Amino acid sequence: MTPHLHLWLIPVLPLIGAAINCLLGRRFSRRTVVSVALGFCGAAFAWALLVAARFPSLGMPHVENLAPWIRAGNFQADFAFYLDQLSLVMLLVVTGVGFLIHIYSVGYMWDEGGFFRFFSYLNLFMFFMLTLVLANNYLLMFIGWEGVGLASYLLIGFWFTKDSAASAGKKAFIVNRIGDFGFLIGLFLMIKHFGSLNFEQVFRNVSGMEVEKAGAGLLTSIGLLLMVGAAGKSAQIPLYVWLPDAMEGPTPVSALIHAATMVTAGVYMVARSHIIFERAPFALMVVAIIGTLTALFAATIGVAQTDIKKVLAYSTISQLGYMFMACGVAAFSAAIFHLMTHAFFKGLLFLAAGSVIHAVDGEQDMRRMGGLRQYLPWTFWTMTAATFTIAGIPPLAGFFSKDEILWRASRVSLVYWGIGIFTALLTSFYMFRLWFLTFFGEYRGAEGSGAEHGAGRGFHLHGDHGRRGIHESPTVMLVPLVILAVLSVIGGWVGVPGSLGGSNRFDKFLSPVFRATIPAGANEGMPPEARTEGPEPAAGRRQELAYTAVSVGAAALGLFLAWLLYYRRPQLPQQIAEALGSFYHAVANKYYVDELYAILFVKPLVDGSTSILWHGIDENVIDAAFNDGAYNARHVSDAVRHMQSGNIRSYAGWVAAGAAVVIAYMVWIGSMSGIR
Amino acid sequence: MTLDSAILTLVTFIPLAGGLLLLLVPRRDRDIRLFSLVITLLAFVLSLHLPVHFHRAQPGFQYEIDKQWISSPNIHYHMGVDGFSVWLVVLTTFLTPLCVLISWKSIHERVKEFFIILLILETALIGVFTALDLFLFYFFWEATLIPMALLIGIYGHGRRVYAAVKFFLYTMIASVFMLASILWLYVKVGSFDFVTIQNAIRNGQVGNFLGAAPWLFLGFFVAFAVKVPLFPVHTWLPDAHVEAPTAGSVLLAGVLLKMGTYGMLRFNLGLFPEQSRHNAPWIMVLALIGIIYGALVAMVQPNMKKLVAYSSISHLGFVVLGIFSFTTAGLNGAEFVMLAHGVSTGALFMLAGIIYERRHTYEIRELGGLATTMPIYAAFFLFMVLSSVGLPLLNGFIGEFLVLSGTFQARAVYGILGATGVIWSACYLLWMYQRVFFGKVTHDVNNTLPDLSGHERAALWPTAVVALVMGVAPLIWLNLIDPAAQGALAPFAQVLSKVVDR
Repeated sequence: MTPHLHLWLIPVLPLIGAAINCLLGRRFSRRTVVSVALGFCGAAFAWALLVAARFPSLGMPHVENLAPWIRAGNFQADFAFYLDQLSLVMLLVVTGVGFLIHIYSVGYMWDEGGFFRFFSYLNLFMFFMLTLVLANNYLLMFIGWEGVGLASYLLIGFWFTKDSAASAGKKAFIVNRIGDFGFLIGLFLMIKHFGSLNFEQVFRNVSGMEVEKAGAGLLTSIGLLLMVGAAGKSAQIPLYVWLPDAMEGPTPVSALIHAATMVTAGVYMVARSHIIFERAPFALMVVAIIGTLTALFAATIGVAQTDIKKVLAYSTISQLGYMFMACGVAAFSAAIFHLMTHAFFKGLLFLAAGSVIHAVDGEQDMRRMGGLRQYLPWTFWTMTAATFTIAGIPPLAGFFSKDEILWRASRVSLVYWGIGIFTALLTSFYMFRLWFLTFFGEYRGAEGSGAEHGAGRGFHLHGDHGRRGIHESPTVMLVPLVILAVLSVIGGWVGVPGSLGGSNRFDKFLSPVFRATIPAGANEGMPPEARTEGPEPAAGRRQELAYTAVSVGAAALGLFLAWLLYYRRPQLPQQIAEALGSFYHAVANKYYVDELYAILFVKPLVDGSTSILWHGIDENVIDAAFNDGAYNARHVSDAVRHMQSGNIRSYAGWVAAGAAVVIAYMVWIGSMSGIR
Repeated sequence: MTLDSAILTLVTFIPLAGGLLLLLVPRRDRDIRLFSLVITLLAFVLSLHLPVHFHRAQPGFQYEIDKQWISSPNIHYHMGVDGFSVWLVVLTTFLTPLCVLISWKSIHERVKEFFIILLILETALIGVFTALDLFLFYFFWEATLIPMALLIGIYGHGRRVYAAVKFFLYTMIASVFMLASILWLYVKVGSFDFVTIQNAIRNGQVGNFLGAAPWLFLGFFVAFAVKVPLFPVHTWLPDAHVEAPTAGSVLLAGVLLKMGTYGMLRFNLGLFPEQSRHNAPWIMVLALIGIIYGALVAMVQPNMKKLVAYSSISHLGFVVLGIFSFTTAGLNGAEFVMLAHGVSTGALFMLAGIIYERRHTYEIRELGGLATTMPIYAAFFLFMVLSSVGLPLLNGFIGEFLVLSGTFQARAVYGILGATGVIWSACYLLWMYQRVFFGKVTHDVNNTLPDLSGHERAALWPTAVVALVMGVAPLIWLNLIDPAAQGALAPFAQVLSKVVDR
């Protein structure tokens, strides 16, 4: 008999915390707010660890039903939870990283107004994210999916008196809704053809289906629609535009939601639906192309950003692109591997950046930083670990996961691999650029500059920062940094590939999920190496090592270029930018995509709705016709107006008169029918 | 007479009786308010008996009472509810006490008349949902018009008379067509009884029915379409809402509009399945236009209340779409949207009214930054916005999802077009929310606005709780709705098989 683990507790615990702080937090002291928020979030983490401890004794997948939710006709969706290797990995990443960021936030947000509100939202986010990860059907997943969007909306707009923050929150929600629209249609297709949204039932249905050859088929359509949803949530082309703006939120939020967890939901969803994608090669190819292009596109923008958080935001988009590239070449476990290491190092990068921002009193422009190494030793060293990791320097975590993706991509197409390598070069470059600009050279900030942090609330107490005011963050913020730094260094060792003497235990762990139902014929058109991962022939290993050498070379080149431009010859970047002219401006202005969307979609919708629909059709056509009609029957409306005297008795008279006429007519009709 | 047969009469007429008693109560405003609250709460508590003791497995109408009222013409006092109407009755009795609370301070002239009108209106509204005799139905149907027009015309804002006349004329004229259809049926069947007429039609005992049915269908449909309101006969609604007092708007959006969609469910589908199917394509197109058009026009409204009014047109489009999808999911969803919209939009109108009382304007540009000065108000507002946007785990989602899923099964393209509604609703509501609550306070007056009063909170809390419960435990409602939906669709299976036979 399989044990009952009460999986429902994991999402519900943070929900309780959110509810308590939301309803009563206004009256709580900061310490109480923190105890509630951390207590419930920590309890969820502890429960997840317990589940992990008992995991080996469970049958897979382990499903627990809690309660029925919707029943209409033949359709039903329940509150039920689904645990397998994939959801366990997600569960541990979300609760673990989430809990660390909760701790960090205590220090970061201590002096801000709306303290209880912040932690209530953060707990709420955990609830929805854990629901998303543990759901056993697509509809419950959709609850989490939309719910994390809500939490993101609330937290991006946390400093709501700032117009840019409020707008960014709204933009995030609406762009996500566009993705959700696609997701919903995908769900409708599943209901129509499989009669259910339950994972087990859907997957059972799908596993009996053939691989779709031509471009369009049921599974291809579902796959593409799910990808629309994933592109919204995980900020892929063309729906990535909300994520850079989302940096308006407090930095712990950027770390938790917009780097480590929520934005990876799309990757998780695609991986979860791998049975569908594996039978839809065209959808898979689209995923790979979108991922590859996004990885490259965002990395180029990241090169020219000066705001430290914006660099990290574009970097996140780019790294998510890698994950989708992996999904697109059916290397789902590699995608999840990178998702995990990315959660460590990108969470860390944001937290460390937050520590920097905290130290220099809200300044986010790297041009006004520099030389911070000596003031912020802990931040510097942890950030260094993260930077080397994301750049792909061996043997850090990011190296293994990124390399796994690139190798698997190269088995499908060298184009993916080539772009991936070039992106790796860019990644290394912009990350070391950030590193040099922030921590090396001379401090370039003005005395006591910057007021972005907590802007508008006016509760931030460190008012008197000069250079001397630059201070290392409190311990409560440093502990999460250190833990994440350790994870960023060693977190990849669970997935050392065979070519480097390891056995990729991570891939083996996930293999029951991803290799259980490989369709017959799925390997056609794909070289066999792309499929088999176990012991490889010696020639394959040598080849893999060669590819690895290239990607390490790319990382090193990026480091060298950044060193040259931003450490050795700091006057060069300006000259290069001038030499590039308009191209540089296009990149620095993010290729004007936001402006393009505004011209193409926003403005026509608002203007058209105002002048054509509202003033045009509503007022000038329909109402005009009605009023003309009423005007012609002026005396009728006059008569009615007299009735509007408010005199109830006269009204009653009208009713009585009307009723009398009607009844007389009835009687007459009744007698007529009686005669007949 | 057992409670089960008397309960509908009690629930329906307690408000009216209360209204009549109010005539005798001296003009002490406080007493009048309290008395009205007690009466409406009593009606609510009694109405809870209906769903609680409803027999899920039993098809047809329950709590029936059928007495001869007038022998010639053959008019019966026939009342009864099924899984659709039972919840609409409860929705009405749920919203009316909240209307009393929200009018507590805002109505200070002609208080007595106001509450009398409100109570009469409640009886008429409940009557519409419980009447099973077509004459009785028509009587209640028209009876709702007068108190509502009075609420708008007497207690409304600036252009109240124009709005009241427009409302009255629009719906009155449309109702004439329904009356004609009802009378034709009476002449042929010799009864106003819904069940009798339905059976007569099903058994082919109505002479000349096939020739007349398209016109009869349209007669009913026009009356209902105006009430819903369906594009392009919707323009009375924004005006009526903007001028109406808060309680009027709550009942207008919350309940009155549902008379139209309820009528379509009960009469268009119930009596004319073949015509319904035949006409479904263009009706669904109108519903889709309503969803998208209503949302787009809502988006650009400078007036908060008008915005919510246009959003109602959009939401009610979902209801019509679901009804004419002829799928169980669609019908379940349509009914659920009716209830959810009643709760959420009712609350949104109360919230709009709350700010009107403080600022005497609904203009969005006059507001801004209110989250700083009125945080609790802002929180309630956000909650209702989210419920209206259709956030999962709140009430709006369940209905919209079921409607769209059902529509998609029936006609995929319509489902896809309808699903764009999830994007539009986020656009117009969140944009409005941002302009009203976020940013800095731009008008000094707004710095001193008091947050919610006790009465206002008492009126809002129930809507928030119900919105949440409906989203988390929709089965409470769906358990009764689903059998009704399946029952309503049973004739359609026959229509289909007939088509196949041919």
